[in-house]
Amino acid sequence: MKKIEVLGPGCNNCMRLEKNTREAVAMAGVDADITKVTDYAQIMAYGIMSTPGLVIDGKVVSYGRVPSAGDIAVWLSE
Amino acid sequence: MTTLAIRRAQLPFWPTVVLAVIAWLIAWFITLPLANWIAYDLLGLEQGSQLGDAVAFFLYDVPKVLLLLGGIVTAVSFLRSYVSPERVRRTLAGRGVLPGTLAAAGFGTVTPFCSCSAVPLFIGFVEAGVPLGVTFAFLIASPMVNEIAIVLLWGLFGPGVALLYMAAGLTVAVVAGLVIGRLHLERYVGAYVWAIHSTGGQAVEIKLTLEDRVRDAWTSTRALVWKVLPFVLIGIGIGAVIHGFVPTELVVSIGGSGNPLAVPALVILGVPLYSNAAGTIPIIEVLIAKGLPMGSALAFMMAITALSLPEMVILRRVMKPQLIAVFVGVVAAGILFVGYLFNALYA
Repeated sequence: MKKIEVLGPGCNNCMRLEKNTREAVAMAGVDADITKVTDYAQIMAYGIMSTPGLVIDGKVVSYGRVPSAGDIAVWLSE
Repeated sequence: MTTLAIRRAQLPFWPTVVLAVIAWLIAWFITLPLANWIAYDLLGLEQGSQLGDAVAFFLYDVPKVLLLLGGIVTAVSFLRSYVSPERVRRTLAGRGVLPGTLAAAGFGTVTPFCSCSAVPLFIGFVEAGVPLGVTFAFLIASPMVNEIAIVLLWGLFGPGVALLYMAAGLTVAVVAGLVIGRLHLERYVGAYVWAIHSTGGQAVEIKLTLEDRVRDAWTSTRALVWKVLPFVLIGIGIGAVIHGFVPTELVVSIGGSGNPLAVPALVILGVPLYSNAAGTIPIIEVLIAKGLPMGSALAFMMAITALSLPEMVILRRVMKPQLIAVFVGVVAAGILFVGYLFNALYA
């Protein structure tokens, strides 16, 4: 079961990332638990400042941009 | 599922890029003749009449601004993908105050910066040891010396004005940063900020391919143009009305160098106005054509972009009101100075 965290305070980009992530999970057909992290202290603990960020199983795979569902699905199946 | 099966059908990269550029060029050269044809031939409005000119202007300016915006944001987003705040922070931490402030202002202009990043950015810079004044120079330069504004200004008024705006904006950012630094306002930063520890600023460097960057740039452009569209339409609508209906004499008498209160009035007006550069440019363009002096116009633009109420509301999360007040005061003073200076220079 993959643990996915979408980091961001809730602006448009963060919402797009969450939408793309959910789509990607469906595309890749994996079991995943998606949480939204909106607390700044927790976000920054990952070492990033540019939201939105995406963390899969504790590893930061993207920050400062909104990757497409296709890209995220590829990361999920690696 | 295999990697290939997951990648959704995407348009072939290079052919699409080439076609997009050609389409853009065609659209660019067609808008003026098309707008005039629709207004004066199709709709039968009279050239030189107030309504006729306002309508023709609107029909010409809307596609023109959208094309400029689309083209610029795509190109600039692409270039900006090479610079990240995370990398900038690593460079700025531990530098001396003056070189740090200059570098911060410079970086502020080229770094991508979404308003929602203002808080983590501020926290990240501050607790990584970047001096407060340097952090502010970055925060001020970023929205104000906005590449969209500069390229639009270049396209509309030529390189002189564009570079002037950029130089003025950078100067305001640097001076404001130095002044705020000197005032030692660290105690007005929210207390919890100092307690946060990000992982020493060592965010993983993520590798992006050229194609990634172009696709990102295009997605950002679509999202941004969509978001900006209402402001642009309203801005052009106002511009069209001014163009057709407001006489030059009125603009010059109220906003011209004969009225010493024009600059402060414009700056005060600009603070609560929330627009990005794209929305203000059509209005500025028309006002300047009607005789608004360059300094007043630049001051107005800077006030709108550098002092935005929504961003201040966001920053309230990490700064006490006293610090925000100092920030607004110092930047407003800088903008006032620039306004008067350039009115004098261009008189």
